[in-house]
Amino acid sequence: MGNCADVVIIGSGIIGNSTAYYLAKQGCSVIVLEKSNHIGNGGSSRNGGGVRQSGRDIRELPLAMYGVKNLWPTLSEELEMDVEYYQEGNLRLGKTDEHINILQGLTDKAVSSGLDVQMIDGFRAKEICPYLSDEVIGASWCPTDGHANPMLATLAYYRKARQLGVRFITGEDAVEIRKIRGKARQVVTSKTIYEGETIILAAGYDSRKIASTTGIDIPMTQAALEVLVTEAQAPMFYQMLGTAKADFYGHQSTHGSFVFGGSSGYEDMNKDNGMPVTTSITASCICRGIMKYFPCLEDVKIVRVWAGWIDVCVDHVPVISKVEEVPGLILACAFSGHGFGIAPTVGTLLSQLVVGEETVLDISELRYDRFRAKI
Amino acid sequence: MSKLKERMSGIGEFMSQPDDQLIICRCEEITKGEIRKAVHDGMFTMTEIRRYLRTGMGLCQGLTCASMVKRIVARELLISSMELEPAVSRAPMRPVEMKIFGNEEKEVK
Repeated sequence: MGNCADVVIIGSGIIGNSTAYYLAKQGCSVIVLEKSNHIGNGGSSRNGGGVRQSGRDIRELPLAMYGVKNLWPTLSEELEMDVEYYQEGNLRLGKTDEHINILQGLTDKAVSSGLDVQMIDGFRAKEICPYLSDEVIGASWCPTDGHANPMLATLAYYRKARQLGVRFITGEDAVEIRKIRGKARQVVTSKTIYEGETIILAAGYDSRKIASTTGIDIPMTQAALEVLVTEAQAPMFYQMLGTAKADFYGHQSTHGSFVFGGSSGYEDMNKDNGMPVTTSITASCICRGIMKYFPCLEDVKIVRVWAGWIDVCVDHVPVISKVEEVPGLILACAFSGHGFGIAPTVGTLLSQLVVGEETVLDISELRYDRFRAKI
Repeated sequence: MSKLKERMSGIGEFMSQPDDQLIICRCEEITKGEIRKAVHDGMFTMTEIRRYLRTGMGLCQGLTCASMVKRIVARELLISSMELEPAVSRAPMRPVEMKIFGNEEKEVK
């Protein structure tokens, strides 16, 4: 089998897979290269599953809103697999006046950019989610937010794209993007060379190293975040949850287990031994955060904890962009931990960039050359 | 290039078998047929099978079923089970209540 296709995508996360799916649907031939032995083995399978519009940067918000309106509600049907999408709203909780001030600030910003978010009092919050601690005095409430199962959504795009003839190759690490006659054309791996008319770089933090082989640099770093899962419980509530101080975030899944992510404060400082590894302090810290807001969950057992890298952009907004100096190359990286919820939109936009259609949203604010010195 | 990395079908169509209803993962109640079908859906590694079906994600964390799942997947892929990498084991070693897990900061007298 030849190593040429219309499009070569580096990275089989949900961004790469959704793009592959939308491209294959339009009749493009696609090869997806994955460094790991497993499809979607990075942040795509390790995140908390938020499909959230609230709390987004104004440059990124339209992508989230478009997905929630047009893509997520029918995604399970389209991919013929349940991705466990719930649109039951997002509660961001507060217990002190300081918390309420933070939430009010976030809410004002979201409202001014056209999102339906409101501040509610503790009483109303408990009506929405009766299991909350009595100490919760208020929350911000976005009724159209929700969550989905990140592992299933990532694999659903993979499965469907594969059915449409997309070629996936795992254990294939891209080391260089090579230009031929001034245009990005070849992806060199440690074993062989792949060729495409267009190359999409969606490899998380690894994108930085790979992009640098074309002389392009995206100012990002990586942080190790952790998530835990509990044993299954009877259905309690399906809102997406967060707090003013980011003590934890998460939701109850279809399976009944609670999936909660959080941090210890050392995320940016963890040492990189090549694999995201859980620390001894983070999961305990997440547990304490959860119990502050949900004391009723204190006897629920934790069955598993895992870690994942996020690629943190200097301005916490992704780069989704063609590259002027390197025609044929499209960047889709630096998602800063917000990539899952906007992935269907991003896949749609990238497929439009490839085939030369006008993108359904203006993404000029997400360009690769937006970074400037501070003075 | 190996079959695992190329993810080409080459393994034929899914054919039902008389014992497909057999429960293999007891914690999550996943059957042999579901595991075999997952392979035909493109889930070629133990990690992908686990994420796709939840085998080995229940209370026992795969202690009971992991080797059975592995052999079923290997047979479906027409390879030796030695070629399949086990899924990663994760902390904690056994399920722990949140109030105990979250208690590590307090000194024990």
